[in-house]
Amino acid sequence: MPINQADIEKVAHLAHLELAEEELKTFGPQITEIIAYIEQLNELDTTNVEPAIGGLTPEGEKTETSHNDEVAGSLGQKLALEEAPDPAAGHFRVPKVL
Amino acid sequence: MKDVEFSIDAAERLNETLNAFLEIDREGALRRAAEIEKENSGALAGVPIAIKDNICVRGMQTSCGSKILGHFHPPYNATVIERLNKAGAVVVGKTNCDEFAMGSSNENSAFGPVRNPWDTTRVSGGSSGGSAAAVAAGIVPVALGSDTGGSVRQPASLCGVLGLKPTYGRNSRYGLVAFASSLDQIGVFARRAEDVARVLGVIAGRDPHDATTANVPVPDYTASLTGDLKGARIGFPRALFVEGLDDEVKKSVESVVDVYRELGAEIVDVELPHAGYAIAVYYIIATAEASSNLARFDGVRYGFRAEEAPELRQMYRKTREEGFGPEVKRRIMLGTYVLSAGYYDAYYRKAQQVRTLIKNDFLNAFETCDAIITPTSPTPAFAVGEKVGDPLAMYLNDIYTVTANLAGVPGISVPCGLSPERLPIGYQLLGPYWSEPMLLNLAHAYEEVRPFTERPPISA
Repeated sequence: MPINQADIEKVAHLAHLELAEEELKTFGPQITEIIAYIEQLNELDTTNVEPAIGGLTPEGEKTETSHNDEVAGSLGQKLALEEAPDPAAGHFRVPKVL
Repeated sequence: MKDVEFSIDAAERLNETLNAFLEIDREGALRRAAEIEKENSGALAGVPIAIKDNICVRGMQTSCGSKILGHFHPPYNATVIERLNKAGAVVVGKTNCDEFAMGSSNENSAFGPVRNPWDTTRVSGGSSGGSAAAVAAGIVPVALGSDTGGSVRQPASLCGVLGLKPTYGRNSRYGLVAFASSLDQIGVFARRAEDVARVLGVIAGRDPHDATTANVPVPDYTASLTGDLKGARIGFPRALFVEGLDDEVKKSVESVVDVYRELGAEIVDVELPHAGYAIAVYYIIATAEASSNLARFDGVRYGFRAEEAPELRQMYRKTREEGFGPEVKRRIMLGTYVLSAGYYDAYYRKAQQVRTLIKNDFLNAFETCDAIITPTSPTPAFAVGEKVGDPLAMYLNDIYTVTANLAGVPGISVPCGLSPERLPIGYQLLGPYWSEPMLLNLAHAYEEVRPFTERPPISA
């Protein structure tokens, strides 16, 4: 199924990407080609096949991952804000929302 | 101390040619090396190591080869780094890679491609190309990379070194920047099986910070390197040695099969009936997971933020448009598309079902053999620029490697010779879950009788 420019724009919107004109043009045919390739999976009958959720081995599935609910140290405000592009008074500042 | 100095000097000297490192920490590494000389006698005391730039090392940058992270300095160490530090290893630098580990040639790095030390007009492979090139050129004896669809094994093959992707859950992904969480695994590069074994022994094991690590004892991997192959059964998937496989690669890997037979292994025919569907499955699952994992890069908490975006959503969109490169955007788009309303069952659920079939192929095959041999890459290193405009052709480079990530099994690439153009060729061994000791022993037995001693023209 060919993917047109309107589809690409819709997906870009969902993905929070503001694509350049040129990308809007090239991504359509490229993604159409990749999707056509992917659709070869339809040759396979997968009725009654359980989907593989995640990548765990049987031993991984058996591994106990819960832990006691105990207070522990965390990064702390200073370290957490160290790499923020626009920190302000102990917060992450963002442009206006409304 | 001398080893670390040698590595730093070599890294600095060769980086203009190879572009393998994005950061070299001369001062920090020399200071660490001096400390270790005094007080550390760990398993890797004083061993210089290079780390792919998507694994967090405190005090150094983690760019993931992306402009959106740029010179991001993580506030903590990845678990594998904590373990390497305890064992006395010295991180000398962060290596170049495809942006967010998405690529098979290193050409998707925002900081330029890594050059292959065997021929600098050729790609290093990817995505962990910088780590592979650094080990191949003799800059460091060992390096870490990450392998989501072959990103350790394929560059290892193209650069002529060993590259191991362990079983899913063998080591911790805490501090590895996530690409596709159900496929990602940190792996090891080295020039000898013994060095892979030593590093794996240090980084493997359960980590409370990563719930997907399994509670499976870590054996002494070096003790498994006996060279004894009596009783070993190696599966030969004949059907994978046909279409699209370079003749020289085919010949070379078939000759490895002969070597194993001479060493006492039994060669048995195996089939992986669904292997041909692996790339399709991979590019649905990996992109779907990536579209979700990469949602965090929004210009708020760290990294790059676009200027002149006075409204929040506009800021997200502009930051991501300017910060991500074309392949990352293409994959986010593809992943968003396959997960979007109305398509989820047709693509994502279908892919997960075929993933089950691929897993079952391996479980069945391992009932009659202990390991499976394939080429690692269908061709030796291709030219820089050769496949840039054709994403699908680039994806097909991963044809032999993605199955291991989908099934969660371990795989190792081992160098087995040079093409007539003097480009390295590698073969791959895949084994059942937790069979790293056996894979390493198979690699070791081969290198005992057919040591790969050639050095690349660009060499430390």
